[in-house]
Amino acid sequence: MQETRMMLRNIGKINPISSMEYAKLGGYSSLRLALSFPNGIVGMLKDSGLRGRGGAGFPVGLKWAFVRDTEAPQKYIICNADEGEPGTNKDRILIMGNPHAVLEGMAIAGRAVGASKGYIYVRAEYPYVRNLLEKAIADAEEHNFLGKGILGSDFDFYIEIRMGAGAYICGEETALMQSIEGQRGEPRFKPPFPAQKGLFGMPTVVNNVETFANVPLVLSLGSENFKTIGAPKTSGTKLFTLSGNICRPGVYEFQTGITIRELFEEVGGGCPNGKKLQAIQTGGASGAIISPDLLDTPMDIESCAAVGATFGAGDLMFIDEDQDLIEVCASLAGFFVDESCGKCTPCREGNKRLLELIMKFRHHTATPKDIDTINDLASTMMDASLCGLGQTSPTPIVTAVKNFPEVFERAMARRDEK
Amino acid sequence: MEEIKKEGVLSPETVEKIKEIALPWKGREDMLIEVLRAVQPLAGNCITEETASVIADCMDIPRARIYGVSTFYAFFSQKTRGIHIIRMCRSAPCHVKGAKAVISAFEEALGIKVGETTEDGLFTLEYCECLGMCDGSPNIMVDDDVITNVSPHQVPNILAKYRIR
Repeated sequence: MQETRMMLRNIGKINPISSMEYAKLGGYSSLRLALSFPNGIVGMLKDSGLRGRGGAGFPVGLKWAFVRDTEAPQKYIICNADEGEPGTNKDRILIMGNPHAVLEGMAIAGRAVGASKGYIYVRAEYPYVRNLLEKAIADAEEHNFLGKGILGSDFDFYIEIRMGAGAYICGEETALMQSIEGQRGEPRFKPPFPAQKGLFGMPTVVNNVETFANVPLVLSLGSENFKTIGAPKTSGTKLFTLSGNICRPGVYEFQTGITIRELFEEVGGGCPNGKKLQAIQTGGASGAIISPDLLDTPMDIESCAAVGATFGAGDLMFIDEDQDLIEVCASLAGFFVDESCGKCTPCREGNKRLLELIMKFRHHTATPKDIDTINDLASTMMDASLCGLGQTSPTPIVTAVKNFPEVFERAMARRDEK
Repeated sequence: MEEIKKEGVLSPETVEKIKEIALPWKGREDMLIEVLRAVQPLAGNCITEETASVIADCMDIPRARIYGVSTFYAFFSQKTRGIHIIRMCRSAPCHVKGAKAVISAFEEALGIKVGETTEDGLFTLEYCECLGMCDGSPNIMVDDDVITNVSPHQVPNILAKYRIR
């Protein structure tokens, strides 16, 4: 299947560091446009239907409007490049191949909301991404696409890079801001939301790498045209990361609404060695594990939600028949035990107990009552956890239990054999 | 309060280097993580109490804060580590592609368990979570290099490459 490359259009065609090469292919023309009619940017984004690409799917124009309308002496733009979700590497591919699209999107955001300073928060596992971004930023400043008086206007915008130091939770926006402030990456209570009181207490736009890369596209295509691309309520293209037991793993750009089957069979080439597909984890480590019966689900936020799948950041991990699903659940549960920051009890304790419960199935000591306990515990965590980590971490376990009852029943039956 | 003085393990040269990194950021708490990242490789790939004290004095930050931050993030250690840190991904996408066998191969080749450092002080084995290279699972990271599609039989060659560095 032919990809619809919009964000990835320049990959392999230009030297990613060079702002002039990017500009020759139409880059930074949206920034020029934004400088000439700054008051129209937020409205265009609202009309385009662009939603955040980090997983929550919040309307971008709305978020920016909140920041624009909050009075403050300083405002900030943060690009979240803390791509920690296991099974996701789209942001890395995008930054390495087309960094100026992200920088341009951030500068447009700065102009739209009245911020002169931006941060890109890069995860510790991506040191080479930092190196490339530093060069790209320096190059953009040299050619006046960033820095003082951008392109002859009175608009200044500076971007700095901050590195994480190995903490999945820092992908959560308030934890990320804590980390930029030099603190432990523990999420803050919301409200106040970052749009009102964010980094250093100032109104802050936090968006994902891929979201910023979409901003220049919205401005250059116009919101009406942008809206016609992809599924109705998730407009645009999306970077999909295919991983796990699949012949051609990788990052691919397609219009939203492409089905999981198309991605699995035509793009990914199915499971290697003719193995049968057992399950699919959608939307990253905290996403739903679904059965192959749902292969025809279109990948957009609404369609995924309707069938109990997770759109998330567009990740699909394929699990073949050779894998022990309970082992996979144990690996995921172990991940969240390690990565829970420990600030709130439902997440800190809940994830530990979830892992213990899964281990009972793995050791064939579980009883049907343990299924009820899993579901009960999960709903408490989803309701009572402080941030998205604890609210979503039980999802793979409860969906595995719901969608693959036979796997869990088999594990319990082996207890009776003992 | 009486200062608890531990015998200094850091050489005077190392202390000077740490000061050079940390002093410019006096009063800039937000730069703490960047400073810790820069200092750690100079001081045994870890942030000991002694190292934290030097940074605390330079930046005017309580030592307890530094301890809090350095224990929060996985890339900081309080224990001396080897010159090379081998981080092995144990996230689900690598898991389903045979990461366990790779981990065992490293443990066997180095004669240590995950979390330990070899006697010669060359290598420390650690687990890490997703390295964001899932199209090349299973993955490991040695220092700042990511190595993809690792199979157990490549382990001796990988180690040899870092031994001579």
